[in-house]
Order: sequence, then structure tokens, then C-alpha cells
Amino acid sequence: MSALPLVALVGNPNAGKSALFNALTGARQKLGNYPGVTVERKAGRLALADGRPVELVDLPGTYSLDAGSPDEQVTRDFVLGRQVGERRPDALLVVVDAANLDNHLRFALELIALGLPTVVALNMVDLAERDGLELDPAALSAELGVPVVPTVAVRKRGLEDLRGQLEGALGSTRPAAPERDFDQLRQEASRIARLAILRETPSRRITGAVDRVLLHPVLGFIILLALLFVMFQAVFSWAAPPAELMEGLVTSLGETVTAVLPPGILHDFLLQGVIGGVGAVVVFLPQILILFFFILMLEATGYMARAAFLMDGMMARVGLSGRAFIPLLSSFACAVPGIMATRTISDPRDRLTTILIAPLMTCSARLPVYGLIIAAFIPAQKVGPGVGLQGLVLFILYVAGIVGAMLAAWALRLTVTKGTSGGFLMEMPKYQWPRWQDLGIGLWQRAATFLKRAGTIILATNVVLWLLASFPQAPDGVRQSEYSIAGRIAGGINVLVEPIGFNRDISMALLPSMAAREVAVSAIATVYAIDAEDDEAVVNQALGERLQGRWSLATALAFLAWFVFAPQCVSTIAVARRETNGWKWPMFMLGYLFALAYVAAGITYWSAVALGLG
Amino acid sequence: MSIPPLRLTELPLRQPARITAIDWDTLSHAEGQRLREFGLCESADVEVLHHGGLLRRGPIACKIGRMTIAMRRNHAAAVTVRTDLVEGAA
Repeated sequence: MSALPLVALVGNPNAGKSALFNALTGARQKLGNYPGVTVERKAGRLALADGRPVELVDLPGTYSLDAGSPDEQVTRDFVLGRQVGERRPDALLVVVDAANLDNHLRFALELIALGLPTVVALNMVDLAERDGLELDPAALSAELGVPVVPTVAVRKRGLEDLRGQLEGALGSTRPAAPERDFDQLRQEASRIARLAILRETPSRRITGAVDRVLLHPVLGFIILLALLFVMFQAVFSWAAPPAELMEGLVTSLGETVTAVLPPGILHDFLLQGVIGGVGAVVVFLPQILILFFFILMLEATGYMARAAFLMDGMMARVGLSGRAFIPLLSSFACAVPGIMATRTISDPRDRLTTILIAPLMTCSARLPVYGLIIAAFIPAQKVGPGVGLQGLVLFILYVAGIVGAMLAAWALRLTVTKGTSGGFLMEMPKYQWPRWQDLGIGLWQRAATFLKRAGTIILATNVVLWLLASFPQAPDGVRQSEYSIAGRIAGGINVLVEPIGFNRDISMALLPSMAAREVAVSAIATVYAIDAEDDEAVVNQALGERLQGRWSLATALAFLAWFVFAPQCVSTIAVARRETNGWKWPMFMLGYLFALAYVAAGITYWSAVALGLG
Repeated sequence: MSIPPLRLTELPLRQPARITAIDWDTLSHAEGQRLREFGLCESADVEVLHHGGLLRRGPIACKIGRMTIAMRRNHAAAVTVRTDLVEGAA
């Protein structure tokens, strides 16, 4: 197949680029990485007006071609045809915010000067109108020398026109313009903006009014805390019905296997290793999606930048930038994208500190572990109007991670990442109501990633664990989980973790859950399934009920405390290695986090025992 | 009678002012570049919208052109403004 024409989508951050990309390509997008860097490559297929397909690549948003961060370097290299492994694009689709012409036109002029076939999307014209701006696209097009199409990506307005103009532009030639310096570009941009703005009636700016409340030093902060609290309550309460449904599905699948297959090794393998293990993790999909829903929502509405603004004062006190808040909040979903998002922090020491503490944010992979233990050991009672005890415990676990991260940042800043802190410079985007389709696409991509993990890493780890835990076969009267190879390895680990209240179940789960935290749940499920032999009543008993009989409350709490801190995730370590260019920092991260986890679990266990919960 | 210039950190909330000087030397190259990209330059108009944090110790948010940007107080202190040069000023 010959290569499709390549069109690059470029523009300032907050120009509505991603929404336009989604509107033009639909849900069929390909996510990947540029070779050698951890910048996400987003590509999709776009049909021109005559039906011919082109490949559209969504480049990271940037303010100019004078690149600072790795993201911005990809954008610069891509449009200049210098990005390794990429062709030079055949055309540029430049997105500008209609309500911020002066600023966005400067970058547009820089791009147009490259001489590639170019079409400008004058995006978010509806919001510009809301702000009282009346624009003249024809004048803009005449001044820029390229077609200008007014669009409203979120309402799919102007897309047909855009496809038509792109079709006309592809293959056309334009001379490259002589290079101009920053001030010349700026002056030219504001001259053109003045010509293109026909009328400007002062109007009530919604964003300003909302910001007076949301950025208020006291009220804004209370709202931020309340939002986070609602988010974590929702993760627990909204997810319950779909999670029960999925649990039912997993159980009936297990019953089907039992009914269809004769007892034997295949039956055991499928029931214990595959369904018991992977099924135990998959039931947490609803919770993970709810968490991602909130994070995507906060990003899409523009609130995330406000949260960074509110947090900067506090972050500065522990030597971080408010910008670190966004990677850290993303780390609540997963530390891997969180650590990758630190690339927007320009100061190297700020960035390193943020990478080192990102795994302390409670990622969604901990949810299955927390969810299992909380549901089994914490009674589902109300402690106040709308506040359940289970949700409260979950909230405390999240807070413990945050407090731990702040203390760690403070300590790191005084020692290994000593030095002056970088600053906090950030654009506050306009508030916008997110489009459900964009949220849907984002959620779908997250769900697919999670299920892929369940089908690969988690499945493979479980199969290996099942083999290690099933052989050699224990003689009568000896527990299989203790006699097997896995049991003997766990016995070794057990010596180390017994003082902090961990039992053999946990020791057995710790090693495989290095692959991913949620494996802890499936590992425990697999081990119990093996011990239960063919006792169907026990196999199909919910995991939580079985735990209640085998663990003390003190052990369960210590296990929770361990998972607040323990760096049990190969992917995180790998991405930290990639982002810090070596093994030194990931190894340091492993060391300090395991030490913290041990101490925290120990203190929790000993306190709980002292309080009579042992 | 002329009104004395102020640092951006001293400018009262929602009081439009014009930038008369920026002490680029106190900013790193990357910080200066980013501020320029945000539209900060001599002769641009600016308005402080919000102070972050209690006791005004957090960053400030200001309006530059059609953008709202946030910066820390040490950066804002590098920007000198005058309130008497803005059109419509008394």
C-alpha cells in the first residue's frame, strides 16, 4: 500500500486542537510513540471532500517553533521534516483560537512561512461570538495568503469546508517566506488581528465570573477539596452496580467451565489461573473508568489549570511547581502517563522531584486492592449525610499518599534534588463544556489499555503464578499453597514481612504484584482457588468473604498502608528509567518507596494491634 | 502630575496598566521566552485578576491581551507597570 498523504495538525495549546482532531477522525485513532522519546503520537484517518483518505497526525500543542520541552521539540522537528522515522508532512492544518487571534496568529505566521501547503482552521468561532467578537475570515485569509475556515470542532461546524480546502491545498506549492524574528511576527500578528476583527462589543465574560469563585483563595480551595472528595466517593458508590454485574458474569463463566470441562488440569488451569485471576481484576473496570471520567472532565473543562494555580503556593513550599499538580493528578489514574506528563515542567530538578513522588499518588491499579480489602473489612455504614465509611477510608488512603508525596518532595528538595526551584508559568484556558464524544473516546482508549493489560501482563503473571503454586503437588494434609514452589519462595519473603503483620497469602502476592499492583488481587484469588481444590462452593465464594476468615483487621490495614507507598509496578520503573535516562533514579525510587512502605505498614499494624484489632 | 511606576505584584486587582519595563535579566532564557510567547512585552496592557493562596503568597493570574496567564510573584516582580498610560485612565 502506498503511503497516504500526511497532514500535521498544529497549533497553540488550548486552541481546541484535540477536539478538532476527534471531530475529523472519529474514534478510529492510532496511539503510539515517537521513536526514542516518550511523546505520544496520535494519528487518525481523515477523508477529503472527494473521499481520498489522508493520515492526520495531532502534534503536541506549542506556542512557537522555538522549542523548550521534549513535546515541543517533536512538533518542531515534525513540521520541519526532521523527526526521526517520519516523513515531512504534505500539508499543515493550523488551528487558531478565534477568540485569541493576536497570540495564535503569531505561531500561525511562523508555520505558514515554512512554505508547506497550509489551511488555517479558525476554531471556536462560537465562543468568540459569545465574547462579543465579530471576525472577517475572508480578510484573514487574504492577509495570511492561505485558506481560512471558521470551525466549531465540538459542534462539527465547518468540517466539510475544511476537508474541501485541504483537498485543494494538497499538492499545491507555496514559496517559503523569509525568516522573521519574534517581535516582527508579533507585530504582524496584531496588525492582522486588528484587520480581521470587525467589531468587538464588550460582553460579560463567563470565564472571568467563574474564576472569581473558583480561584478565590479560600472558597476556591474548599471547592477543589470538595471536588476531589466527590470524585473519590463516586469511584466507590457509582461503580458498585456495574461491578456487581461484572462479578456475576465472571462467576457464571467459572460455573460454565466447571459444567463443561471434566475435572483435571485444564479445568483447574482455566478456573483458577485464568478466570479466577484475570476476572478478579476485570471487575474493577467500572471504578477505573469513573476515575478517568473525572480526570478527563477536569482537563476538558479547563479546571485543571485552575487547580494548578490554587495548588502552586502549597507546592512551592515543598519545592515543587504548581505545574506538577497536573502530572500528579494524572498519576491518580496511572503513574505512567503522569510521569510522562512531567515533560511540561521545564526545570530539571522540579521535574525529577515530581517523577520521584508520582508513584505515591494513588493510581487506579491500587483500586482493585483497596476495593477488595475495604469491601471485606470496612463495614458499609454511614458516618454522615452522603458520607459512607468505606468511601471515607478510601479518601484517607488517597490523602495518605498525597501527604507522603509532599513530605517526600520536601525531603528530596533538601537532599538529592537540592537547588533553586523553577517557576510557574501557565496559561489559564477558557472554561468550556466538554463534548461527550471526546470524553467517550478518551474513556474508550483507557478501557482498551486496561483490558489489554489484563489480557497480557496480568494473564501471563497469573499463569506463571498458577504453575508455581500448583507444582509440585502437595501430599495429603499439607496445604498446596505452602508446599509448592511459590509457597517456598513466599516463605522466604515471609520472614521479612512477618514483623509488619503480613501473612503467607500476602507474601505470595507481593512478588507477582511487582508486575502490576492489581495482580495482588488476582494472585490471592489464584492461590485460594488452588487451595480450595475442587470445592466449588469455595471456588465460587467471593474473594472478600474468604479473606475475612483468614486475615485479621490489623493485617488488612497494614496491607492497605503498604500499598499506599510500595512501588509495585514494572511499567512505572521502566518509564522512570526512560524519562531520567538511566537506572540511577528508578533504583533510588524503588529503595525509598519500599522503605516507606515497610515503615508505614509496620506502624499501622503495631498501632492496630495495640488498639486490640489484631 | 504623574503616577509613579509599580511592580506588577503591587498593582491593585482589576486595575488596567501598561507595561513599561521588564527586567529580562532576572528571568531564565526559557522563562523569558515563555512570557514573550504569552504576549508579555513592553507596551502591552495588563490587568491583575487573582492572587493565589492565602495572604497573597501564591502566584498571580493576569490578563494579557486576550489571555489569562499565571506566574509566580518573583517573575511578576520583574515587570514594571504604569496605570496612567492606559487609554481611558484618569
